[in-house]
Amino acid sequence: MSEPILEVRKLNKRFGPVHVLHDVDLTVYRGQVTALVGDNGAGKSTLVKCIAGINSIDSGEIVFEGHPVTIANPSEAARLGIEFVYQDLALSDNLDITQNMFLGRELRRFGILHDGQMEKKARETLTSLSVRTVSSVRQVVASLSGGQRQTVAIAKAVLWNSKVVFLDEPTAALGVAQTRQVLDLVRRLADQGLGVVLISHNMNDVMEVADRVTALYLGRVAAEVQTKDSSVAQIVELITSGRSGNIGLAPAAVNEGI
Amino acid sequence: MTDPITQSQAGAGGAGEDPPGRPAVDVARGGPGSSTERASGFSLDVDRRGIGDAFRGYWDKIRSGDPGALPSILGLVILALIFSQVSNRFLSANNIGNLPGQGAYIAVIALGLVFVLLLGEIDLSAGTTGGICAGAAAQALNQHGLRHGIPGASFLYWIVVGLMLAAAALGLYLKARTGPAVVLVGVIITLTGLDKYTVPAIIFAVSLGAAVGIFTGWLVGKVGIPSFIVTLALFLAWQGVLLFLLNTQPIGVNGYNVWFQLAHGNMSPLWSWVFTIVVAGGYLVYTVVRSIRAQAQGLAAEKLSLVLLRGGIILAVAVVITALANQNRNTNPFKVINGLPWALSVPIALMIVCTIALTKTTWGRHLFATGGNAEAARRAGIDVTHIKVTAFTIGSSFGALGGVFLASATGGVQLDLGSGNILLFAVAAAVIGGTSLFGGRGKPRDAIIGALVIVIIPNGIGLRPSLPASYQNIITGAVLLIAAAVDALSRRRSAGR
Ligand SMILES: Nc1ncnc2c1ncn2[C@@H]1O[C@H](COP(=O)(O)OP(=O)(O)OP(=O)(O)O)[C@@H](O)[C@H]1O
Ligand SMILES: [Mg+2]
Repeated sequence: MSEPILEVRKLNKRFGPVHVLHDVDLTVYRGQVTALVGDNGAGKSTLVKCIAGINSIDSGEIVFEGHPVTIANPSEAARLGIEFVYQDLALSDNLDITQNMFLGRELRRFGILHDGQMEKKARETLTSLSVRTVSSVRQVVASLSGGQRQTVAIAKAVLWNSKVVFLDEPTAALGVAQTRQVLDLVRRLADQGLGVVLISHNMNDVMEVADRVTALYLGRVAAEVQTKDSSVAQIVELITSGRSGNIGLAPAAVNEGI
Repeated sequence: MTDPITQSQAGAGGAGEDPPGRPAVDVARGGPGSSTERASGFSLDVDRRGIGDAFRGYWDKIRSGDPGALPSILGLVILALIFSQVSNRFLSANNIGNLPGQGAYIAVIALGLVFVLLLGEIDLSAGTTGGICAGAAAQALNQHGLRHGIPGASFLYWIVVGLMLAAAALGLYLKARTGPAVVLVGVIITLTGLDKYTVPAIIFAVSLGAAVGIFTGWLVGKVGIPSFIVTLALFLAWQGVLLFLLNTQPIGVNGYNVWFQLAHGNMSPLWSWVFTIVVAGGYLVYTVVRSIRAQAQGLAAEKLSLVLLRGGIILAVAVVITALANQNRNTNPFKVINGLPWALSVPIALMIVCTIALTKTTWGRHLFATGGNAEAARRAGIDVTHIKVTAFTIGSSFGALGGVFLASATGGVQLDLGSGNILLFAVAAAVIGGTSLFGGRGKPRDAIIGALVIVIIPNGIGLRPSLPASYQNIITGAVLLIAAAVDALSRRRSAGR
């Protein structure tokens, strides 16, 4: 296996007295889907926001393409080629699809917004993702369904030839058909060579699209397993008790709780 | 191919309004029945919108809750009809020619407020900021340069200069550039004594407004005090500061020609034509070129026929207005009054500049995004604090200019210039025009149309002395309520509830 494209080492994060992340390690490889799983409140979204630079890190290291990096805000992450689709979708309702996809990175010509070019590129990106459900890239996001918004958010993340994409529960609010589409999309992204991190509570989805699974238990990494060597039952056990058979956290750490 | 996504989208009614800076694509026009056709890729993007589509789309937009400028223009027509019955002088050329001078200050303050309102914030102090800025300019003219001291409060001058420098530094620290530059221009003007001339004195007033706006924006955006509280405090405080600046003596400005002309003067007939042709003709040419180029590139575009019709109507109306304005409208035979009032052309020119800034620049796009969803904007790497500071700087600068217009209209800087209902009228103007108080939705155009509605009411009532002036506020209140109700209803419908 090749070098990891992104590595998080011994990351710690506290919110005041609450120690949300303990020495968390996460490894992301090119062309692979890494699933990040854990119960509600395990710290998955917090980990993502720490990597995005939305939340500050108390200690720990982020290594990107072999070099340690510090990411102070989302645009620095974007500059590195790391993109995020947040659980609480970050789209502006009053802007249209194109405007949202280019938000913060608008194309300009002679200092003036180049709307035509942006519209074309937005359409190309959606087409390359085989998105067929939005009729116009000039539609206001307020008028989109949940699945369409999710699609826009994902398209926004891959518009920039990004190298790593984090998807925080992208299918949580979706119906059967849209979930199918998003999962296919996730797999396609990895097949195109991106490193993909998928956060999900649905173990069947995880087993289907992910290559590797990192399980968080109360802010600690319980285990990192390959999906092909693992089962739904084992992952569920890791999520709920932090241990499964001989892998997982030491019993002491499990009992200690937070 | 009826998949659930397109169906639910059709059910939501294609809500909302045009995103800023683009000709609209009406997702609503097809209605639920057309979901199959829309599911096949970007069908609407390659469609051409013709006149029929535009009317149908517009009707659907009204039904789905985005009335645009229609309610305010309807209101304007209804009020005009009513007042033409109240007095036959209402529709006289002389009276209509007076309207811009009476309402320009509201239009200008409201223009600046649109930027603040787009963020979902409020600036209650824009009016009294206009008071101190106009007061400082008047005192500067009165004293042949403000550096010769403010009577009764000579220490105040150096405080003002010091605070302006501090504001410029603060603005630079908050990564604003234009605001601090304007402030520094004002500092140079006053230190060199240029502010004994009228035009530099007015520029000084605007730059003092910019300094106030930087402080306000810092308190709101960086310190994090709600804008309602910050600007309420400043609304009160500036009224006291104005008394110091004036040394409790009102200062007349009729003697300073440029200042007087702002609300009372007219462009020459020739320049009136130039203005009309450049503005209305320019709009027509711009939209035609945009339509042709977009069609050539396969982008969503309005049909040429639609563009020509709309631009043609606007041009025709503008030409008729200019032709009428260029007739003598003075009832007194000894002096000719003709031409477009400066109080009309200046706000319209400002409106155009504001519209370009909002729809054609990255900054404008980011302002809309911040108003729509500040957290999304932040995650997209937008410096939300910077955006807030710039919006408040614009709001206060326009407030300052509005104060200058108000002083021109009333003949001088009174002790209470800019206080009372003035700011509230400006907010009402923006809302009546269609700007939302919740942020993310609004246009500079709204401020102009709304100000016209606001100013027509006291004008019409004033024409019949037997009507008590108390009707003015009652009618204005009712109009505002109706406008807000239209806004609320449209939001309810567009949310699909
Ligand atoms: N801004 C914050 N301030 C204080 N505590 C926070 C903050 N954000 C998250 N937390 C806490 O951190 C813990 C982890 O939250 P997080 O959102 O990362 O969980 P999660 O694994 O994403 O859960 P879910 O599956 O429900 O999305 C929770 O206990 C939460 O209360
Ligand atoms: Mg979460």
